[in-house]
Amino acid sequence: MGMNLKNASFEGWRRENGRMGVRNHVIILPVDDLSNAACEAVANNIKGCMAIPHAYGRLQFGYDLELHFRTLIGTGCNPNVAGVVVIGIEPGWAGKIAEGIAASGKPVEFFGIEQHGDINTIARASHAAYRMVKHASKLKKSKAPLVDLWVSTKCGESDTTSGLASCPTNGNAFDKLWENGNTLVFGETTELTGGEHLVAARCRTPEIRTQFQAMFDRYQRVVEANKTSDLSDSQPTKGNIEGGLTTIEEKALGNIQKIGKKCIVDGVLDKAEAPSHSGLWFMDSSSAAAEMVTLCGASGYAVHFFPTGQGNVIGNPIVPVIKISANPRTVRTMSEHIDVDVTGLLQKQMNMDDAGEALLDCMLRTADGELTAAELLGHREFSLTRIYESA
Amino acid sequence: MTIHFVVHDEGDSVGVVVVEGLKAGQPLTGWIMDQDKMIEFKAINDIPIGHKLAVRSIASGDTIIKYGVDIGKAVANIGAGEHAHVHNVKTKRW
Repeated sequence: MGMNLKNASFEGWRRENGRMGVRNHVIILPVDDLSNAACEAVANNIKGCMAIPHAYGRLQFGYDLELHFRTLIGTGCNPNVAGVVVIGIEPGWAGKIAEGIAASGKPVEFFGIEQHGDINTIARASHAAYRMVKHASKLKKSKAPLVDLWVSTKCGESDTTSGLASCPTNGNAFDKLWENGNTLVFGETTELTGGEHLVAARCRTPEIRTQFQAMFDRYQRVVEANKTSDLSDSQPTKGNIEGGLTTIEEKALGNIQKIGKKCIVDGVLDKAEAPSHSGLWFMDSSSAAAEMVTLCGASGYAVHFFPTGQGNVIGNPIVPVIKISANPRTVRTMSEHIDVDVTGLLQKQMNMDDAGEALLDCMLRTADGELTAAELLGHREFSLTRIYESA
Repeated sequence: MTIHFVVHDEGDSVGVVVVEGLKAGQPLTGWIMDQDKMIEFKAINDIPIGHKLAVRSIASGDTIIKYGVDIGKAVANIGAGEHAHVHNVKTKRW
């Protein structure tokens, strides 16, 4: 064995801004909850595009609104997206989001519903979607070196097998990708609790360590200020506890296996912020699966690694999510959700390098177009992170 | 050979059951991963897959070690081979 990552390549779409995508989606993106119906109608009219409904976008303000815009603009800019139709209840914020996406160079059009109504808006936006899908379908794939693939990670419905095998598999693959010069990210700020010192020790510079610690401490203050118990049933979750995880510290130590043994934390990102160079980034983020993967997509990551113990079924509209499990019961009862089976690690039937390479092999096949379990099952969870109440 | 439970590090107080249907009194084979050693053991309770068994006796108030790191404290005495989970182990955070 022994993959030579320097010579590895994949075939995807080179976007206007130079980024490589592994999917070619045309998305119909609502600015707000009120515009979901129109977006879904457009996606029903025109084949080959996808609406991405969500719950928010009204009366947000300050940092919460900034994050809303950054997440939607980042989603539109993601290289897995070929073109975007934006619909809002009014054209002002729709135009602002379209302008942000247009900076990536890809085609984008926007529409406001007021003064037109749903039916007229759907008609106009459907014409735009028609042109956009026609354009996207003509784009040719090209070959790119592996280093052009941005990879994110977050685990979910973890159990003790996550920390023993599926997260270390992720870590083995991340070590190899990091040495190859890929752009990587992990996050889940609260789920580092009990192992934060281990992440801090991996930060490249004292400045990065200080930034990481400030993000960790800020999130701890949110928990401390709002908790009504020791968070048992929330962190760890009911599913985690069913899977044998007892404390947040135990869960965190398993979680941290995802960054392997060699990777250094090269920088920190705010939520949905795009990294400015290659390496491993820490994103200050929610530990909830759909929120975190949505933020990774908005930061520009093209493929996601998702270790699971008890069998989290999550997917994402634009980012292929690759599930890795080492729990033999989960692989037996939920096989249609698992892309990479590493149960052999727990019986010494496979070693960690074999497991890491099995994941990298699945990643390359996915990048070349093979559908993941979550894509086949239609999982398109898109969850925006909210910071506080609306105005 | 079936591995019934896995311990991350030989200094750990607990191991993880990795097979379904483990019964009290059943002879168990354990694998200590970091040192790559095999051990023999018996469980006192039936323990579900993924759940932990104490690989040494632990007094109430003692720190539980897994991955060679503190993962919380015992809130009851836990005998060697006993099921260790939310009923006898709690977080030290939050």
